[in-house]
This record gives sequence, structure tokens and C-alpha cells, in this order.
Amino acid sequence: MADVIGYNREEKGAQPPSLYLPYKSTEFRAPKQPLVILPHTLSEVTGPVYGHGRVLPIDADLTKQHAGEPLGERIIVSGKLLDENGRPVPHTLVEVWQCNAAGRYIHARDQHPAPLDPNFSGAGRVVTDAEGNYKFTTIKPGAYPWRNQPNAWRPAHIHFSMFGPSFINRLVTQMYFPGDPLFFQDPIFQGIPDEKARERMISRFDLDNTIPEWALAYRFDIVLRGRNATPMED
Amino acid sequence: MSKQRLGQTPSQTVGPFFHYALPYENDSNLIVGDAQGQRIVVEGKVTDGNGDPVPDVMIEIWQANATGKYDHPEDTQNKPVDPGFHGFGRCATDKDGIFRFNTVKPGAVPGPGNSLQAPHLVTFVFGRGMLKQLLTRIYFEDEAHNADDPVLNLVPEARRPTLVARKAGASTYRLDIVLQGEGETVFFDY
Repeated sequence: MADVIGYNREEKGAQPPSLYLPYKSTEFRAPKQPLVILPHTLSEVTGPVYGHGRVLPIDADLTKQHAGEPLGERIIVSGKLLDENGRPVPHTLVEVWQCNAAGRYIHARDQHPAPLDPNFSGAGRVVTDAEGNYKFTTIKPGAYPWRNQPNAWRPAHIHFSMFGPSFINRLVTQMYFPGDPLFFQDPIFQGIPDEKARERMISRFDLDNTIPEWALAYRFDIVLRGRNATPMED
Repeated sequence: MSKQRLGQTPSQTVGPFFHYALPYENDSNLIVGDAQGQRIVVEGKVTDGNGDPVPDVMIEIWQANATGKYDHPEDTQNKPVDPGFHGFGRCATDKDGIFRFNTVKPGAVPGPGNSLQAPHLVTFVFGRGMLKQLLTRIYFEDEAHNADDPVLNLVPEARRPTLVARKAGASTYRLDIVLQGEGETVFFDY
């Protein structure tokens, strides 16, 4: 069997360290031993092609999953999944989840005393089209407090989970909103060393996709690792 | 390629509140029909640097079927995919930090050059307090190919057992994942 063509490795500064003490719960969850450098084999360059299950149109509209409309600012979030070489990533699963407009997750362990919204669960799924595009409708999530440091608040964000063409393309990230005043004190956002890379997680206001008298829109493109130009040497 | 490379989107933690979004029905059961091969349970406990169970991480596995074939276009081996088997599984740990998959023992798969990789599960760990996911592998103690597995041989010998599941019953294999500290699991830079 010929050697496989691997993928690029982590871009320096663009990916967070495992240990980042300002984010307290990294302290006992980050490995202390050195990582072992893994060549990319058939096991890494393959992966689940469609993720899992069937994805329905309702999964891409988080405002229509209940009898009534959720409270909050209706938004359309769209973008393109690409690799570092600028190639679209088609037909791959994107999973999203978020809190409601008041900053509360439906999760049982979320104890923030903000109201739940009976018309909002906050979970969605969409498959990218042939050009790597995705789009979903939701409401703008609120900021919420947490106990990492005194008076800590998470900036408004939507969680994104992507598969891509191979298992090592797997990426989980968070999309933020432009101009959020909470970035400076958020150790999860600040955990990305390079400032320019950090800003890649901030969506931009997307006038073209707004729907007059109905919804605002934000654009968030996502870049997964690209393929190496040459096969790995063994 | 003269085109300028685009910058990677940074990884962020899944946080503590993924449970209503990511787990799905039967997510930890890779047997979706009349799967070929030996049916096994792979289970373990995830612990942190204090030795405490970690009740809020998510494990994902990817593996070949019983004949060593990945259900993916880049696996060009002349072997059939198994319609009764799905190579991907997901499991959120329970309150005691336990994960458990129902699957089949994978076959050996091609490695670099002419090498063969011993049967293994490619394994990701996602969680609160983890700004990026950790990659590890789960091998099986009763596989002769472990001795010349090209990836296990990259790992210092003393740490190899952290990647090898032990038999814990007729068809059950057990491997605990230690995120930090004594017996820390080997994680890969990929």
C-alpha cells in the first residue's frame, strides 16, 4: 500500500495550548507528559464521511423547533467551510449549540438564574452543500456569568462542531460576535495565542444575508487543516 | 501552489453544556445490523490530575471494520465495507467518568511503507477545561501485531500500556484514560 498524503499540522499560535492557567479547569485536565508525534496513517486520513444520522431542514432552524417563537433577536448565521488551501469542504456535518437570549442553556447543570425559554432548545445541525456552504437560523445568544474568576462573563457565542474529510480534521470551536466588550476578560477566547488567529473566531455582520423586517445576519467562515502537498516520508 | 494559505480556525472547548446537542440515540453503539467479526465492549474511566473521575467529557472513536477496512473513499484496499457496522462512535462520560462502546474488534490496517498497524481505535477526548481535543489510541492486549505496530513503537516502552486495553471479561476490554499525572495516557501531536 502506498503511503497516504497527510494533513498540515497545527498552525503555530492559531491553536490553544492544553494548559492555560487563566482558564482554571485546564489545570488538572492538561497532559503533563510530552505529546508523541504521530505520522498520519490511513487511520487518521479516513473518517466518518457524513458524521451521523439524517439531518432534516428543521435542524437548521432553531427558531422553529417548538410550538412558539423563541424570544430574542432573530439571526441568520452562514458561511463556508474551507481548508487551508482554499478548497471548499462539501457534504460534511456541522453541529451547533448555544444558550438562549437570556444567557441560559437548557442543560440541567446550568444554574445561572436567568429564564429558560420554552420555545428554544439551542441545538441544530446542518450539512454543508457542494461548495462547502452552510446556513442556519437562530436567535442571538446572551452573555452569561461563570465562576472562573471574580465577575467572569462569557462573551456571546455559538458552539460549532465540524467533521471534514478525515478524522483529524475534526474541529470544535466557538463563533463570537463583532464588537463584544467581554473579549478582554474571557480566558477561553484569550487562550488562542495569536491575536489575528483569535479574531478568526469573530463573525462579521452580513448585510447581504439580512432579511428586511425579519432577521439580521452574521457570516462565519471556518478553515480546517489542508492537505500536505507531498506524501509523508516513512 | 502559489496561493496563500488560509489561517486555521482556532479550536475552543466544547464546554460543560454539550449534552443536549452532541449525544444522539445509539451513539456509542457501532453495530447497526448484522456486523461481521467479534462483538466487543470497550469501556473505561476518565480521570483528571487529582485522580477524580471526569463526568463531563465526550469520547469519540473511529475504527476499521473486522476485516481492517475503513468505510471511507481513501481506503482503497480491495475489501468490502460492512453494512452492519458504522466506524464512528460517540460517548459522553457518565457521573462516574465511565465511557462504554459496543463495537466489533477491528482488523489490522495498513501503516506507513509496507507495515501493518495492529487493531486499534482512533480516539478523541473533548471536554470542559480542554481548549483543544486530545488524540489517543486504544489497542487490545491480545493482539500479536502490537509488538511491531509502527505507532506503538514511537511511544516510550514504559508508557505503551496506557494505550492497550486489557481483557475484562469474555468480550469486554477496559482502558482507563488518565488526563494527567501518574499513569498519564499517551496523547499524540498530530
